[in-house]
Amino acid sequence: MRLRSRRSVPPPADQRPSGPIPVLAVHRLVKTYGHGDAAVHALSGPFDAQGREQGVDLTIHQGDFVAVMGSSGSGKSTLMNILGCLDAPTSGRYLLDGIDVGGLDEHQLSLVRNRKIGFIFQSFNLVPRTTAVAQVELPLAYAGVKAAERRRRAMAALTLVGLADRADHRPNELSGGQQQRVAVARALVTAPAMLLADEPTGNLDSRSTDDVLAIVDRLNAAGRTVVLITHEDEVARHAKRVIRLVDGQIYEDVRQAPVDGPPPALLDPDDFASHTLHLHAVKANQIGAAR
Amino acid sequence: MNPFQTLRFAFGGLAANKVRSGLTMLGILIGVAAVILLLAVGNGSSQAVKDAISALGTNALTVSSGAGSSTSTATSTKPLTVADARALADPTQAPDIKGVAPEVTTSQTALYQGTSHTVSSIVGTYPAYFEASNSKVTSGDYFSDDDVLNSRKVAVIGTTTATDLFGTDSPIGKVVTIGGTPFTIVGELASKGSGTGFQDPDDTIIAPLPTVQNAFTGFGSLNQILVEANSADATTNAQSEITTILMGQHGITSPTAVDFRVSSQTQLLSTRTSTNQTFTVLLGAVAAISLLVGGIGITNIMLVTVTERTREIGIRKAIGAPKSVILGQFLAESTLLSLVGGGLGVAAALIGAHFTIVGIKPVVIPESVYGAFGIAVAIGLFFGSYPASRAAGLRPIEALRHE
Repeated sequence: MRLRSRRSVPPPADQRPSGPIPVLAVHRLVKTYGHGDAAVHALSGPFDAQGREQGVDLTIHQGDFVAVMGSSGSGKSTLMNILGCLDAPTSGRYLLDGIDVGGLDEHQLSLVRNRKIGFIFQSFNLVPRTTAVAQVELPLAYAGVKAAERRRRAMAALTLVGLADRADHRPNELSGGQQQRVAVARALVTAPAMLLADEPTGNLDSRSTDDVLAIVDRLNAAGRTVVLITHEDEVARHAKRVIRLVDGQIYEDVRQAPVDGPPPALLDPDDFASHTLHLHAVKANQIGAAR
Repeated sequence: MNPFQTLRFAFGGLAANKVRSGLTMLGILIGVAAVILLLAVGNGSSQAVKDAISALGTNALTVSSGAGSSTSTATSTKPLTVADARALADPTQAPDIKGVAPEVTTSQTALYQGTSHTVSSIVGTYPAYFEASNSKVTSGDYFSDDDVLNSRKVAVIGTTTATDLFGTDSPIGKVVTIGGTPFTIVGELASKGSGTGFQDPDDTIIAPLPTVQNAFTGFGSLNQILVEANSADATTNAQSEITTILMGQHGITSPTAVDFRVSSQTQLLSTRTSTNQTFTVLLGAVAAISLLVGGIGITNIMLVTVTERTREIGIRKAIGAPKSVILGQFLAESTLLSLVGGGLGVAAALIGAHFTIVGIKPVVIPESVYGAFGIAVAIGLFFGSYPASRAAGLRPIEALRHE
């Protein structure tokens, strides 16, 4: 995979074209809404001398934990929708796990969403009136997994997020944090190539945020590739790599930890925790320090 | 995604809005029940007419006076006479005719020990009438040819008349005064049932022709001549024989100028049946419209459901539900609505068919049950397909943004 580098910031060493096929590679990606004067350039990338959009280039490797940051309107949600195969780019290529997504029809896209991507949304997006375990089974059902196997894998995923005892609860019987953990279980149950989280902690209190992020950290430590979209520095701290988008361009691309290795939160947990901005954790630290 | 799973989702979707699903089903229920029940009522009434007509005897032909049709060129009408009847009874000219009974009819008041009853039909005829008109006596006997020749004042009585005059007593041997003339009752007829609806066939008194002519109508023309053919198949031949003989009797040369009518009970039957069929089709059409309205109700409610659940559809698509699964789920929901509604409608119709509706005992047509149920299910599929394809065609990103 040879991609010409067009970033305003030099790419980190691990993104140079070499090694295995990246989980995700976008090349000259442009997304424009509307036409003519009313056009909104949600994703444009840098402009060349003639003022033409060069598009966004991005490569993410297996096991990475990437936080995409940016203020609202920066194009991060647009990027997330395209990466999640929910929306099609105006132009540019998108390779997911080696597959050119641009050439797929709707049925194939639904298969890709099912097998390759695990979604976690800001507003949880659980199916109403459905128990947690059925929720988690749903992607497996769409994948055609048999009932017994489905139940086993769903329970395993729920156990992983610590909600095995809540398997029979419906969304309206679960707290926000629990709902989001069910959503995480649902996202990882198909063992997707990539977890795609769109502001997963945006609707959660700080304690639930820590719970959910701890799960994501553990999943990443176990080798799962994670792409997380956020505007909170506290959340971005967990990522191995932070990409900042400004006005539809990659403005900054910073590596916080190597791809092959645990995420920052698990690298040195005590040090990581001492820098938290979350009040309940801060208090705990202060108490710990006073002793 | 197996069918069972789809069905479970569909059940879940319907159970989420029980009142709404129930009302939608009610639309289909009423439609299906109306189709089955109204067709059963139509069928029941034509069955009743058929029974009544066959009770009158299917071998019988009726000759009556008057122009055969509106296109007839007959200039004058000769009345039917006893001589006409005698000519018809000639076995060489009319080999297919078994019996001939000239008839005069009148209506008189009958008196018996202070009880008075207006008999709607007093028939003066020959004994051949009993066989031709399928009238049988249950007690006593018919009057004989001898009674006719001697103009004896004897009579056979229908059950309604007998009950009204004598109550539970046997009418045999009793003397009834009809229009001032005393008649001795010799026999009582078997009941013919409710008949064609307008006249009670059991409210009758049958007496020898000359007696009735002498007492009431005079020796002029006959009201009609009842002819019995040898068999049901021979009625067509008998009919042409009657036409030929009577044309000779009345001196008519052109078959378009006949001044009499020959009608068979089977003709009467087919006329009545076709009238009834029109009636049944009309009822069925009204019912079918209500079924259609029920189907539109399904479309309506499914469109509301799809709009309401747009976000859920978005979620399902985001976690990899293919178009076909979404389509299947909503189709399953609408079909389930019509299936349950149709099933309940069939049940309601079958229960309703046990009751007499506007004097008609409904007779359920099995085909209408399968047909109405099948159409209801097809309606669910058809009317559900538009909302379902709209749901399946939603783009995930837009569906997810939907609030």
